[in-house]
Amino acid sequence: MKQPALKVTTPSERELVMTREFAAPRGMVFDALTKPELVRRWLLGPPGWTMPVCDIDLRVGGKYRYVWRNADGREMGMGGTFKEMVRASRLVATESYDDHWTGGETLVTTELVETRGTTTVSTTVRYATREARDAALKMGATKGLEASYVRLDELLTA
Amino acid sequence: MKPTSYALDATFAALADPTRRAILARLATGEASVAELAEPFDMSQPAISKHLKVLERAGLISRGREAQRRPRRLEPRPLADATDWIERYRRIWEGNYKRLDAVLQELKDKQRRTVDALVDEGKPRPKQKRRTK
Repeated sequence: MKQPALKVTTPSERELVMTREFAAPRGMVFDALTKPELVRRWLLGPPGWTMPVCDIDLRVGGKYRYVWRNADGREMGMGGTFKEMVRASRLVATESYDDHWTGGETLVTTELVETRGTTTVSTTVRYATREARDAALKMGATKGLEASYVRLDELLTA
Repeated sequence: MKPTSYALDATFAALADPTRRAILARLATGEASVAELAEPFDMSQPAISKHLKVLERAGLISRGREAQRRPRRLEPRPLADATDWIERYRRIWEGNYKRLDAVLQELKDKQRRTVDALVDEGKPRPKQKRRTK
C-alpha cells in the first residue's frame, strides 16, 4: 500500500503545519501518539536512534520527557507540559529541547479528525520568536539545493 | 551565504500570497516580462508590478538586462533556504509516520483478534457464519 502524503506548509512566519492521514480510528491514533509503550516505537527521528526515555503524564499541567540515543551514545532530550487535552481529538503542549537548538520553547498543537475510519492528524508547531524559527532553520540549512528545486512545485502549489 | 532573519521573513511573507506563488511557479519554467506575467492572471500590469516588487525585495526574483522587456527571472537561493528547512522536517516525519502506520496496523490486528476470540467464546455471531455447514 502506498504511504499517504505528508503535507508540510508554513502558514505564517513562525508556524509550521504538518498534515497526514492514518488508516485507523482517532481513538487508536491518539493512543499511539500518547502511550509511552507505543510512542517509543515510532517517534525515533533519523535512522539509528532509539528512545530510552519516554515518560508521559497525560493530563493538563502534566509533563512529558523524551530522550533519544544514537549508536555512538550521543543523547538528545526534550520535554514540556500539556496545556490542553481532549482525548482522541486535541492536544496542546509546550516543547523545549535540552540544548535549545530551537532557540527556546515552541507550542505544538495536535488535532485529530476522523472520517469513515480514516484519521487526519494535523500538527502545528509555533515558534516563540523569529530567532527561534531561524535557529530551527539553520539546523536544516544544508546544501540540498537540487532537492529543494525538486520540491519547488510542491511548495508553490501548497 | 547564510540566511538572515530579515531575509527569511521577507521570503515567507512573499510566499504567503497565492498570486506571488503562481508567479514564481511560472518563472520556474523560464524568465518572463511583466506583460507576459500579467496575462494569465487577469490582473493589470501595475497590480502585477506590485507583487513583483515584493518578490524582488525578498530576493526571490531579479531583472534581466534586456532593455525593453526587462524580463524577470527566479533566484533560487532564498527559496532553497526556506525549502531546506521544510525538507528536513518532511524527511524526519515521513520516517516517523511510516513507523506509526505499522504500529496502528498492529493495534487493528490485535483488536480484530480480540473480537474474533469473543465470537469463538459463543458470543452472538453474524447469522451467515452460523449457517455455514
